[in-house]
Amino acid sequence: MTEVLPNFRLMEPATVEEAVALLNETPDALLCAGGTDLVVQLRKGLAETGTLVSLSGIAALREIEVTDAGLRIGAGVTLSQIERAQVIVDGYRAVAKAARSVAGPAHRGVATLGGNLCLDTRCVYYNQSHWWRKSNDFCLKYRGDTCHVAPQGNRCRAAFSGDMAPSLMVHGAEIEIAGPKGTRRLPLAEFYHEDGAAHIRLEHGEILVAAHLPPPGAASEYEKVRVRGSIDFPLAGVAVACARTPEGAARFSVAVTGTNSKPLMVDVPGDLPPHSAPEAFFAALEKAVQKAVSPQRTTTIAPHYRRLSISALTVRLAKRLT
Amino acid sequence: MKRIVSLNINGRTVEEAIPDNLLLVDFLRERQALTGAKKGCDGGECGACTVLVDGHPRLSCLTLTASCAGTEIETIEGQARNGRLSTLQRAFHENLGTQCGFCTPGMIMAAEGLLRDNPDPDEDDIKSALGGNLCRCTGYVKIIESIMVAAAEARR
Repeated sequence: MTEVLPNFRLMEPATVEEAVALLNETPDALLCAGGTDLVVQLRKGLAETGTLVSLSGIAALREIEVTDAGLRIGAGVTLSQIERAQVIVDGYRAVAKAARSVAGPAHRGVATLGGNLCLDTRCVYYNQSHWWRKSNDFCLKYRGDTCHVAPQGNRCRAAFSGDMAPSLMVHGAEIEIAGPKGTRRLPLAEFYHEDGAAHIRLEHGEILVAAHLPPPGAASEYEKVRVRGSIDFPLAGVAVACARTPEGAARFSVAVTGTNSKPLMVDVPGDLPPHSAPEAFFAALEKAVQKAVSPQRTTTIAPHYRRLSISALTVRLAKRLT
Repeated sequence: MKRIVSLNINGRTVEEAIPDNLLLVDFLRERQALTGAKKGCDGGECGACTVLVDGHPRLSCLTLTASCAGTEIETIEGQARNGRLSTLQRAFHENLGTQCGFCTPGMIMAAEGLLRDNPDPDEDDIKSALGGNLCRCTGYVKIIESIMVAAAEARR
């Protein structure tokens, strides 16, 4: 990659209010948290801006707070803080494991929760240099009019590749968004939309400020399938949480990433009653995951392999938690 | 847009007018003539540009210089003191942790960050800390051994 960064001015607001005001004054402003993905995108010409609004100077975004309602993790908390925070390791294991599975340690030291939740979707036809994309007539996601993954379709199929979202979703997370009209909260799963070119519901001028988790109540795990074991985006990733019902049955929550344009909750086939033979339940769970996901030709690895491996991984995690 | 940025590089205070879009790796290599941090992939995938910012490993190809105002930067050039190799450098040299040498500055700075955090790492700790550093010569066995030796040496 030889591209240089385009010219921009770097703004470093000290409060969320200042950042919201800056965004609203500047239509082409882009938010930058750790910058581990955005800087690459800017260099490849996948994002353009004259103003970069850095969130690094906002201390209020960097706090992890235990509250009566559970846990509040600021959007500016880094992934290395999350993987090490004892309250998260103890109560929300999938969240700590997902954080640890993102990129390498030098990335995680600056990459943030908010950045990972708002990560751009990825595709083998999109995450390329400018000349590569130009020679291919660009694509539906940016500057072109055809999706090379599904040319007959009318939407972008790029895959959401953040690891944090499914791990928070299985714990029932909500997110807090600040904007010109104040703050709003919504379930994390409703933040996303199945369209690779417009996959998050964040208006210009709004900032994701925190994730809220209810008190811990389920054991959880997160794992992902990837090409390069030590540092890579997920070909597919899955978070599984397992809580006990009053009757002693195992109640699973499953969320996957990397297979669709949004992270999605899987409809789990009921509870696993105590003292029952689990084979039929796990076979049904495996089928449910295969039915829910829709991996496309967005990576160099075949969609079929991703579908089979993520369903097998789901069952492996569910068995581990039972 | 430019701004005056003051930062400390290998113990030396530097004050310069920095464009907002100047990457730390370019600042170090082109303006400070510190060419130890390498441009490998230039996109955060190989770790050859790893330096320490306030003691923590950072990829200088993904870091804006303007955002480093007031920080302490350490590069491979800060390892040797008074003509003597650092413990890590000596361990890499004596245990053949260096092959072509291109990835070595990044490896050593990532290892330096690890040893400050954890002076007694096991093999898994080292593998995890070097997870973002690629070596394309041969393998990682000698690199891991070198760091184990350096850690033992530093603890003595």
